[in-house]
Amino acid sequence: MNVARQVLRRGFDLAEGVLGRAFPPAWNPMLNLGALGFFFYWIITVSGIYIYIFFDTGVDKAYASIEYMTHEQWYLAGIMRSFHRYASDALVIVMMLHLLREFARDRYRGVRWFSWLTGVPIMMMVFIAGISGYWLVWDKLAQYVAIVSTEWLDRLPIFGEPIARNFLSPDALESRFFTLMIFMHIAIPLIALAILWIHLQRVTKPRINPPRGLALSTFAALMVLSLAHPALSQAPADLATVPGNIGLDWFYLPLFPVLETQPGSLTWGMSACFLIIMVAMPWLPPLKRARPAAVDLDNCNGCARCFNDCPYNAISMVARSDGTAFEREPIVNPDHCVACGLCAGSCPTSMPFRRLSDLSPGIDLPDHTMAALRDQTESVALGLSGPGRIIVFGCESGPALADTASATVGVIPLNCIGQLPPAFIDYVISRDLADGIMLTGCRENACDARFGIEWTIRRLARERDPYLRHRVPRERIRTAWAGVSGTRSLRAALQSFAEELKELPQPAPSQGHPRTNPEPVDA
Amino acid sequence: MHNVLRCAGQFVFLAAIMAFIGYFSSRPVYRQAPEGMAQIKLSFAHGAARKIDCRKLTSKEIAQLPANERRPNTCTRERIPLHVQLALDGELLYDDFLEATGLSKDGPARIYRKLFVPAGPHTITARLRDSKRTSGFDYEATHQVTLAPAQNLAIDFKADTGGFRFR
Repeated sequence: MNVARQVLRRGFDLAEGVLGRAFPPAWNPMLNLGALGFFFYWIITVSGIYIYIFFDTGVDKAYASIEYMTHEQWYLAGIMRSFHRYASDALVIVMMLHLLREFARDRYRGVRWFSWLTGVPIMMMVFIAGISGYWLVWDKLAQYVAIVSTEWLDRLPIFGEPIARNFLSPDALESRFFTLMIFMHIAIPLIALAILWIHLQRVTKPRINPPRGLALSTFAALMVLSLAHPALSQAPADLATVPGNIGLDWFYLPLFPVLETQPGSLTWGMSACFLIIMVAMPWLPPLKRARPAAVDLDNCNGCARCFNDCPYNAISMVARSDGTAFEREPIVNPDHCVACGLCAGSCPTSMPFRRLSDLSPGIDLPDHTMAALRDQTESVALGLSGPGRIIVFGCESGPALADTASATVGVIPLNCIGQLPPAFIDYVISRDLADGIMLTGCRENACDARFGIEWTIRRLARERDPYLRHRVPRERIRTAWAGVSGTRSLRAALQSFAEELKELPQPAPSQGHPRTNPEPVDA
Repeated sequence: MHNVLRCAGQFVFLAAIMAFIGYFSSRPVYRQAPEGMAQIKLSFAHGAARKIDCRKLTSKEIAQLPANERRPNTCTRERIPLHVQLALDGELLYDDFLEATGLSKDGPARIYRKLFVPAGPHTITARLRDSKRTSGFDYEATHQVTLAPAQNLAIDFKADTGGFRFR
């Protein structure tokens, strides 16, 4: 499982990197799979509503009504039909990539089991909705899909009369069946939408809309495809004949030839196994969980920065319980907390300058405390020598940090780059622990903890609290969002950064850079 | 220049994805029926005779029953298997005993079977035994037909409309 995950992870990282050269970070399709899924869902919905106006559910009229849309009203209904089909296919692609990517990034175990588990019925419903849609056209493909689907269902010994007998001969089929299918085709996506809402319950600020530029270019591409290669019906269904050559939609129906030809015990058995594995995946094996963030009310004034920065809805603000004058206090839901440390990074009491009292922030990770981080920073700094000393703070999900360590480069792994309070950067530079700081981690917009990179960039730019102080020279800070396969590019970035640092004048202590004997400062 | 290259990259990516979607949404084609073959679909549901015949209840037995359960006959539930044969040009294509459905084997026996046969003129004979007789069949029908390639011939059975129907 680990090997598969690693291989996939490198593959996705590579794809993200390649697409990152063509698309701006925010537009990278590989980093917007969920949002693109929603986008395609809405296209399918709007186009579906339009073509439903002209669709006739009668067994003799369904095909003709779709032919009318495709050929007579090609300029609108025909294009809508093509949008409906191609957006559905695109939805399958982004959904499967989204699933594989979450698996590759190990974002389905531990507290993230919820999102994975609620995603499983959504996936099934997308396929059922798509398959039921193909019945409605009532062409040769619909005939094949209807017969194979019902024959497969009949292999379960739960139905009285075989459902497939509805398609035994031309006189056996009734329009009632189409009414049932259109009901299914509409109801199932609506149920899927409701489950999608549940699916997103444990993430803060879910990205359900792709960036406008990506949405527009994707829409334009779908439009071009719909005009250049419109979705067409195959020959009308005729139950007096076997369909023969069928143009299958391989996104929705790749298993139909298997379902048709293999014994029911095998296909149902495999389907059941697949479903059981999918449901059990988050516990195969369970993730060794880091302890969730812990609140220390003695150091917390209830400022709610941690609440605002948490990417997983793990923190809520409640009435103060310790009798102090503050109004609120954060509480951490351990079932939601992934121990990314973004909360500790946002806490204004995560202040490494503190010496008179312990470095104990209002919220911290018990397994990766701020005090330990300061100790590690100082220890790493002691080992650095020569000009161009750099301390790399990097996310463990990013490039291999240990491979970049040297006499002038010290590395400090974090759970997420967002765990680093800006005050630590100030601390390192002002205490002359290093000449420069490199921040690294996942690819931009692909943060494992969702907002770690974004919050870091905005904290450095003084757009999001806690701000990096004005006095910190920005030329001594670099970022390299290199991703898991970006060790080489990180090494190159470090090399050029070191050269630049050597060229910089040594900051004078009077400019706010105490290089020796730092005075104790309390927060 | 850099922006032009980026735009070109985006165009190439989206064009490739759309070409991928456009192609695999209907290609490559899949052939369901073998070339030059026709299909016979034998399908019906029919209840065979009960394993033990129904017996008339005596007036004493009827009187002993609760008022809401009084009936003239008493029957066991289990049915015997249905014997079905299908022959093509005198050669047996299918010959099987179909068990009754249901936990108590009291439901109709069911069959849904697809058979591919060469196209052309054929004599098709369907036979069914649903009684306790030990030889011969209760229903038999023979149909002369010229099957076209990819034709689907359905063979249904309804006892109350005379037996087998070829359609």
